Amino acid sequence: MKYIKPLFLLLSIIICSCHEDADDKVFQANIAFNFSHAWDGEEVTNSDFNTIKFTNENGEQLSIEKLRYLISNITFEKTTGETYVFDGYYLIDVTNNSNLSFTPNSTIPTGHYSKVSFTFGFNNEDNYNNYPDLNSTSWNVPEMLGGGYHYMQLEGKFIDNITNETGYAYHAIRAVDNTGSTPVFEDTFFEVDLDAANITDSTTFNIEMNIAEWFKNPNAWNLNELNNMLMPNFNAQIMMFENGQNAFSLKSVN
Amino acid sequence: MVIFICHSCSNENVETYVPTPSPLQIPPLFENNILNPITPTNNPQTEEGIALGKKLFFDPILSGDNSQACANCHNPKNAFTDPKRFSDGINGSLGNRNSMPLFNLAWNYEEKFFWDGSVFSLEHQVFEPVSDPTEMASNWTQLEAELQQHPEYPDLFEKAFGTSTIDSNLVAKAIAQFERTLISSNSKFDRHLLGEAELTPEELNGFNVFMDENRGDCFHCHGSDKNPLWTDNIFHNNGLDENFSDLGLGAVTGDPADNGKFKTPSLRNLAFTAPYMHDGRFATIDEVIDHYSEGLKNSSTIDPLMKKVAQGGVGLSEKDKTDLKSFLLSLSDHEFINNSAFNNQ
Ligand code: HEC
Ligand code: HEC
Repeated sequence: MKYIKPLFLLLSIIICSCHEDADDKVFQANIAFNFSHAWDGEEVTNSDFNTIKFTNENGEQLSIEKLRYLISNITFEKTTGETYVFDGYYLIDVTNNSNLSFTPNSTIPTGHYSKVSFTFGFNNEDNYNNYPDLNSTSWNVPEMLGGGYHYMQLEGKFIDNITNETGYAYHAIRAVDNTGSTPVFEDTFFEVDLDAANITDSTTFNIEMNIAEWFKNPNAWNLNELNNMLMPNFNAQIMMFENGQNAFSLKSVN
Repeated sequence: MVIFICHSCSNENVETYVPTPSPLQIPPLFENNILNPITPTNNPQTEEGIALGKKLFFDPILSGDNSQACANCHNPKNAFTDPKRFSDGINGSLGNRNSMPLFNLAWNYEEKFFWDGSVFSLEHQVFEPVSDPTEMASNWTQLEAELQQHPEYPDLFEKAFGTSTIDSNLVAKAIAQFERTLISSNSKFDRHLLGEAELTPEELNGFNVFMDENRGDCFHCHGSDKNPLWTDNIFHNNGLDENFSDLGLGAVTGDPADNGKFKTPSLRNLAFTAPYMHDGRFATIDEVIDHYSEGLKNSSTIDPLMKKVAQGGVGLSEKDKTDLKSFLLSLSDHEFINNSAFNNQ
């Protein structure tokens, strides 16, 4: 009796793999993504959290206590216009060291891709769906700010002008000005372009976020002025969007 | 071969006794908005298991001198917490933390229980109070023997687990099953979300204070209309003290960065769960709101979301305070505390 189940399982694997060989002429590749984090070249992991050890462009010393962000719509495009999109989204949680590496369920055909990209945050179509897993982890944006979801939560402390440790909550969402009678929105999700890639076999994209960029370019972030209540702050959201453009880079593909 | 396997499986099923499955009834609001509850595969919910767990929960036989049940410190009328700041153990000794209300526990996805998250899973949790000298001060060997000699329990364990041999693991499993059925989802605010009740203008403004980053900004930790648990079940320092007499999570992890952090409590059922905070220091909701508005104390581990600490807090207007309180009270579920399935009769 004991041997029957494993034997059966083994058979089903063989059957399935025969089936695939027969049907698919083009090889399919698994694609993995690996997100690492740095502060201007120095690697940052959650073991660097909770200590004031970073200095931003504006000269403020700061710590990180929480960092999580959402990416979506990983896309592979061919020059022929053929496009493969990994539907879905990934909440990368540096604080808890979860989801830093992942392999989407579906595969793509091997070959040359002229452009590989993903979206930081959600595009507007995806942002206004209801996602139980994201709700369960309190990732929502209040209805009064248009609803939808956070794109990033970066929190910690900085040394303020009077040398106190003060908290900051750098939360990125879709920019909204809700001071008038109807809210005015501006899009702040953006595409991260990972350039062209040759996919010959299972492939891993190693992507780095330089956290310092969020405080640097083109807006030298002044934490003394902008540390909290940034979600309803339209201009702050636009500045985050601008600074985020250079935060991600492709380190290697292997 | 496939047929043969199925056949032999079904034969086995006929031979073993199976208690009546009774899966958790997930409220529509939860079903639509958040992930499903956690029930361990080795302890499925059954009618007989739940009934046994309920009997044990209300039975003082679990304590050293048969004087104290779980329900003594977890009273259904108080949404299963204790209105006393610190509960009396059977020896008259007091703990140093306020009892915790018990509801929607199966939605605590990380399964970290207690104010400091020191116990993983509801099944394991049961072992703590029974032998804790400041609580029920019993010992498991003695308790197992007592239950075994009881006129009813062996039969009830037989029905729930297919064995009349009572051991502590089965006691824990039964109680955990009962605890998972304690679901609270019928507050006025829940009915408002389902379109069945209308909030007053005060309650609505209070909700907006709760959700507004420029005013209360409570939603980052305490849930929202999209997270009906009204907690993130995560550990934070919400600015109660400059120095900690109780390290909370820090004593569990050994990481000083966790000192003074405690689990965010759900804001459901506040009407029944006073006093508030891990040490029950606040007797009223007004005191809690004043704390967030102007009473914050700074410390190195205070949560970055606790803003304007230098000014003592977010500085709510009198009207916003009153309305925030009205909103918070709209999260209380009167049906839950009166539900006969959860009461001892
Ligand atoms: C003497 C009072 C007392 C008794 C008796 C008691 N408890 Fe508790 N219970 C507490 C206190 C106090 C806490 C919080 C303890 C802490 O955080 O250190 C608590 C916490 C809990 C929690 C954690 C809830 C959460 O959300 O983390 C559960 C579950 C629980 N008790 C179940 C039980 C069960 C089951 C029994 C009976 C076997 C029981 N308790 C008996 C006082 C008591
Ligand atoms: C940074 C996360 C965070 C924020 C933001 C926050 N809280 Fe809390 N809240 C907590 C934690 C953690 C506790 C428990 C602290 C303890 O006991 O040490 C708590 C406790 C409470 C309690 C006591 C509940 C009980 O059963 O003991 C109430 C009521 C409460 N908060 C209301 C609010 C309100 C209203 C706001 C907004 C003005 C708010 N909280 C903002 C984390 C937070």
